[in-house]
Amino acid sequence: MGKLFAVIVVLIAIASAVPIVMHKWVPPVDISTHGPTIDEQMSDTMAEAGLSFLAAQFLLAFFVWKFSGVPATAKIRTFPGGATAMVAAAVILVGTEVLALGILGQRAWATVYFTAPAANALQVQTQAGQFAFYFRYPGPDGKFGPLHPDKIDEGNQNFFGLDPDNDPDSKDDIVTAELAIPVNREVHLLMHAKDVNHSFYVRELRIQQDFVPGLDLSLHFTANKTGRYEILCTQLCGLGHYNMKGYLTVLSQEDFDKWLKQKASEQ
Amino acid sequence: MHDTPAHAAQHHTPPQGFIRKHIFSVDHKVIGKQYYGLALVAVFTGMALSWLMRFHLVWPNKAIYGLQWLSKIGAPGGVITPEYYLSLMTMHGTLMVFFVLTNAPFAAFGNYFLPIQIGAEDMAFPRFNMMSFWITFLAFIVLISAFFVPGGPPISGWTSYAPLSAVGPDSGPGEGLGQTLWAVSIAIFCVASLLGALNFIATTLDLRAKGMTLMRMPICTWAWFITSCIALLAFAVLLPACLLLILDRVAGTSFFIPSNLMVGDRLQPHSGGSPLLWQHLFWFFGHPEVYIAILPSMGIISHILINSMRRPLLSHKAVIYSILSIAFLSYMVWGHHMFVSGMNPFSSLMFSFPTLLITVPSTVLTLIWLGSLYGSKLHITTATLFALGFISMFVSGGVSGFFLAQPSIDIYLHATYFVVGHFHMVMGVASLFGVFAGTYFWFPKMTGRMMSETLGKLHFWLTFVGAYCIFMPFHYLGLVGNVRRYSAFVNDFMGPLMPVHKFITIAALITGASQFIFLYNLIHSRFRGQPAPQNPWNATSLEWTIPSPPPWDNFGGKHPVVYHDPYQYGVESSTGDYVMQDAPEQIKTVRDDKTMT
Amino acid sequence: MATTVHEPPKSDRLPGRNGGGGRNLIPAEGDLRAIQDRSPEPARTGIWIALATITMSFAAFTSALIVRQGSATDWQHITLPRVLYFNTLVLLASSVTLEVSRRRVASYMRGMTSGAARPLGWLYATLFLGVVFVVGQYAAWVRLKSEGLYLATSPTSSFFYVLTAVHALHVLGGLGGLVNVIQKLSRSVATLRRSTLDATSYYWHFMGILWLYLLLLLWLKF
Repeated sequence: MGKLFAVIVVLIAIASAVPIVMHKWVPPVDISTHGPTIDEQMSDTMAEAGLSFLAAQFLLAFFVWKFSGVPATAKIRTFPGGATAMVAAAVILVGTEVLALGILGQRAWATVYFTAPAANALQVQTQAGQFAFYFRYPGPDGKFGPLHPDKIDEGNQNFFGLDPDNDPDSKDDIVTAELAIPVNREVHLLMHAKDVNHSFYVRELRIQQDFVPGLDLSLHFTANKTGRYEILCTQLCGLGHYNMKGYLTVLSQEDFDKWLKQKASEQ
Repeated sequence: MHDTPAHAAQHHTPPQGFIRKHIFSVDHKVIGKQYYGLALVAVFTGMALSWLMRFHLVWPNKAIYGLQWLSKIGAPGGVITPEYYLSLMTMHGTLMVFFVLTNAPFAAFGNYFLPIQIGAEDMAFPRFNMMSFWITFLAFIVLISAFFVPGGPPISGWTSYAPLSAVGPDSGPGEGLGQTLWAVSIAIFCVASLLGALNFIATTLDLRAKGMTLMRMPICTWAWFITSCIALLAFAVLLPACLLLILDRVAGTSFFIPSNLMVGDRLQPHSGGSPLLWQHLFWFFGHPEVYIAILPSMGIISHILINSMRRPLLSHKAVIYSILSIAFLSYMVWGHHMFVSGMNPFSSLMFSFPTLLITVPSTVLTLIWLGSLYGSKLHITTATLFALGFISMFVSGGVSGFFLAQPSIDIYLHATYFVVGHFHMVMGVASLFGVFAGTYFWFPKMTGRMMSETLGKLHFWLTFVGAYCIFMPFHYLGLVGNVRRYSAFVNDFMGPLMPVHKFITIAALITGASQFIFLYNLIHSRFRGQPAPQNPWNATSLEWTIPSPPPWDNFGGKHPVVYHDPYQYGVESSTGDYVMQDAPEQIKTVRDDKTMT
Repeated sequence: MATTVHEPPKSDRLPGRNGGGGRNLIPAEGDLRAIQDRSPEPARTGIWIALATITMSFAAFTSALIVRQGSATDWQHITLPRVLYFNTLVLLASSVTLEVSRRRVASYMRGMTSGAARPLGWLYATLFLGVVFVVGQYAAWVRLKSEGLYLATSPTSSFFYVLTAVHALHVLGGLGGLVNVIQKLSRSVATLRRSTLDATSYYWHFMGILWLYLLLLLWLKF
C-alpha cells in the first residue's frame, strides 16, 4: 500500500506540473506598461512554487516507498541533522525565498499604486452599478459635473444622475457604455460605486481594483497595444454578477479622437 | 490528590436515563459525538449544495428533478436561477467553514479526546460544554431555516460583504429575512464557540493529571489548546461585527453603509458608514478562522503518523513552537484578503510580509513530517493513508499561497478560481483528511469496534485522487482568469474552458459519491464491526489506556499518573516497541537519536 | 542506545487535603488574602479567559468606532447625560460593597459560628447597586430619546446605545452571578466555594473597569 501511495503521489505531482510546464494555462498577453513586472514576478513565483511542490511531493513519495513495509527488526534512524537541519532549511531556504519574493514583488505593486497619475493623463470616470459599467469623459472643459444619485434615470440614459440644466460642468460630459482609450497614453480611471461593492478587472491590463461605495478610488495605467478586451466585475454584487461585463477598446489616438467626437454628438 | 471539586458535584454518579445519557449530556464524550454528528449532517448538506452548483455551471438549463420543491422561485421547474446559485454558494460556504471545519476537527475530536489525553475525568465546565453544543445546534437550525423563508437564503457569500448584505432586500433576492437569519445564526455560533474555547483552555491549564506537564501533552492536545486560544480572540470580534450588521439591516444604523447609495432604484436612507470596516472586522476573524480549521487536523495527523511510523517526530518542541508561531502570525495577516479592496495600498504591502513569513513555520512542520518518515518503520492503515494524504494536500494547497501572498500577483489572481483552488485544497481537503484520519484512528476507541480497512482504503483512494482531479484544475482556470462566484460563464474567453469545468463536475460527483462509502462504513461498523481491543494500534497516549468505549468517567475513578513523554516509540519495553504514558517502567530507547529535544 | 528513566516531575504543590469536595471551601484558618489555593481552580482560570474575550469584543467595538468616525463627516457631538456619572459612582460603590462582602464571608466561613447571621447584607447591597446601575443606564437612554437621539439618529448615538447596551447586558450576567453566590451562601449548609466567589467578584470588578474605559471613550470621542 505504501508503494502504491508513492507511485500515485508521483503521478499526481507530474500530472499537475505538466499543464504548467507546457505553458498552456497562462494569463493572456499583457497589454500594459506595468504588466511585464507583474508577469516576471509571477514566473519567478511559479518556478519557486513549482520546485517546492515537486520536491515535497517527490520526497514524500520516496520516503513512503522506502520506509513502509520494512521488517520489524529494522532499526529506526534519524534524518541526518535532525530537526535542526529542518528548521535551518525552512528558515534559510524558504525564509529568504519568500522575503525575496516579497521585497522584489513590491516593485510591481509600487508601479501600480505608489506613483501618482501623470498630469496629462486622460481622465475617465467609471461607475459600477448592478449590473453594468458606465463611463464618463469630462468633455472639452476637462471637468466632471457633480453626481446626483436621485436623478439617475436608466430609462432616459441618465446613468450617472447628471443634471446638465443646473450644473454647467455636466453639459459637455460624455457618457458611454463602452470604455475606449488611446494607446500609449496614461489613463486615470476614477471609480464610483452606485450601489454595492464591485470590481474592475481587465486580465490583459493586469489591473484589478474594487469599487467601494462611499470611497473615491482610482487607478492609472497605460495600455500599449490596441484591441478589444473584456472588463469583468470580480466582486460579488448580486444576482447579475456573472453577467456584469463591459469592453475596453484601445485605439490609436486618431481613432480615439474620432470615437470621442462621435460619442459626444450622440449625447 | 483526587478529582477536583469542580467535578465532585457533577461526577459522583453516572448519568441516568436516556435524555441525560444521550441528549442533554454533560459528558464530553457524548458532546464530542454530538458535534461529530452535526458536522456529518452539515458536510453532506454542503456537499449536496456543491453538487448543485457544479451541475448548474456545466448544464445551466437542465432541470434538477425535485429542486423546485425546495424552492419554487429559486429553481422553477428544477432549473437553478442565477440568484439561487448564489444562495446555494453562500450556504455551502457557511455550512462548510463553520459547521464542518470548526466543528469536526476541533469541537468533535477535541471535546472527546482532550480531557482523556490529559488524564482528566471531564472538561472543566461540563454544563457550559453541553450548552456549547446545543447553542451550536440552535445556530444550525437558524441557518437552515433560511432555505425556507420568503426570498430564500442570502446571496452575499459566506463573507457577506456590506453593503450588499447590509441594505436589505433592495440589493437582491435572499437579502431580506434570509440574510438576517444568516447574521443571527453566525452570532449564535460565535457565542457557542467562545464557550467551547473557554472550556478547552481552562481544562488544559487546570485539569492535567499528575506528571502531565504541558510538554508531555500529545501534539493533537496542543493543537486543540492553541486553536481554542485563537478561537477565543477571533470569535470575540465576529460577534460584534454580526451585531452591527444586524443593526444596519433592521435598525437603520449606518455602520457599514455610506451615503447616496442607489440600490434597486431606491435611494438608501443610510449615510456615512464604511464598507471596508465590515471587511476588516470580518477578516480579522476570518483569517484566524482558517487556521482554526487546519491546526487541529495538523495535530491529529501528527499524532497518527507518529504511531504509524513507530517513532516520534524529529522534534516535539519544534512542532509545538511552529504551531504557536502560525497561531500568532495568523492575527497579523488578515489584510491579504483585502489587497485590492480599496484599502490603503501601503497597508497591503505591510500585510504581505507576515503572510509570506507564515510560510516558514508551515515549512518547518512539513519538513519535520517528511524528515521523520526517513528511517521510520511505516506501518500503513487507512488512518495512515489519510495522514500522508494530508501532507500531500497541505503542500499542494500551501504553494499556491506563495502567489496570493504577494499583492502584485494578487492583482491578477484575486477573485479567480486560483483562490478557490487554494482554499479548497487546504481547508476542504487537507483539513477534512485530518478528520477522516482521526475517524479511522479513534473509531475503535469511541465505539469498541473496528472500521472496515478495505472500505477505508477504497474511500481513501477515491477521495485522494478525486480531490486532486477536482481542485488542481481550479488553479489552471484561475491562471487564465476564470472569475469566481459566477453562476454562469458567459464571457468570451470562458467558452473554451467548459470542458475543464465538465471534468471537474464529473470528478466532484464521483468523489462526492465515494463519501457514502465512508458513511456506510461508519454506520455499519458501529453495529457490526469487529470488536476492538483496547489498544489496536499499539499507541502510547492516555486514551489507549482505558477501555473501548471508555466508561462515563474515563478512568474509572482512578487518577492516571504520567511517567513518560507522549511518543515513546522505538523503545524496548514490556509491551513491545512502545511504552504507554502511564506505565511506570524504565525503558531503553533503541533509536539512534536523542529523545524529545 | 540510551537508557532513559522517566519519572513524573516533582510536584511543587502543597500537600492537598483529601476529603470529599471540601478542599475548596474557604478554609478555616488564615487571612483571606494570604491563603494559597491548593491547586488551580477552573473557575478562576475560566474567569480570566472570559474577561479576555470580553476585552477583545470591546476592542472590536472601539476600532469600529474609530474607523466609523473617520469614514465620514457626520460624527455629531452629543452631551453625555449626567445620570451616567451617577451610575458610575453607583457601580464603583458596588465594587466596594462586593469587596466588603468577600471579607465578611471569609470571616464567617473562618469562624463557622452556627446561629450567627450569614453576611448576606453586603451581597444584597451589591446586587441592589447593580440593579440601580442598569436602571440608571436605562434612564440615560430615556434622556437621550427625549433629546431626539435614537439608535439610528447619528453614528455617535448608534455607538452610545450599542456600547452601553452591550455593557449593561454583561452587567446583567454579573447580576446573575451574584444571585448564584447569594443562593449558594443562603443554603442551610453553605455550598459556596471560594473560587466561585472570587470569579464572580473579578467579573464584577471588571464590569466597573470596563465601564470606566467606556466612559472615557465616550467622553473623549463624543
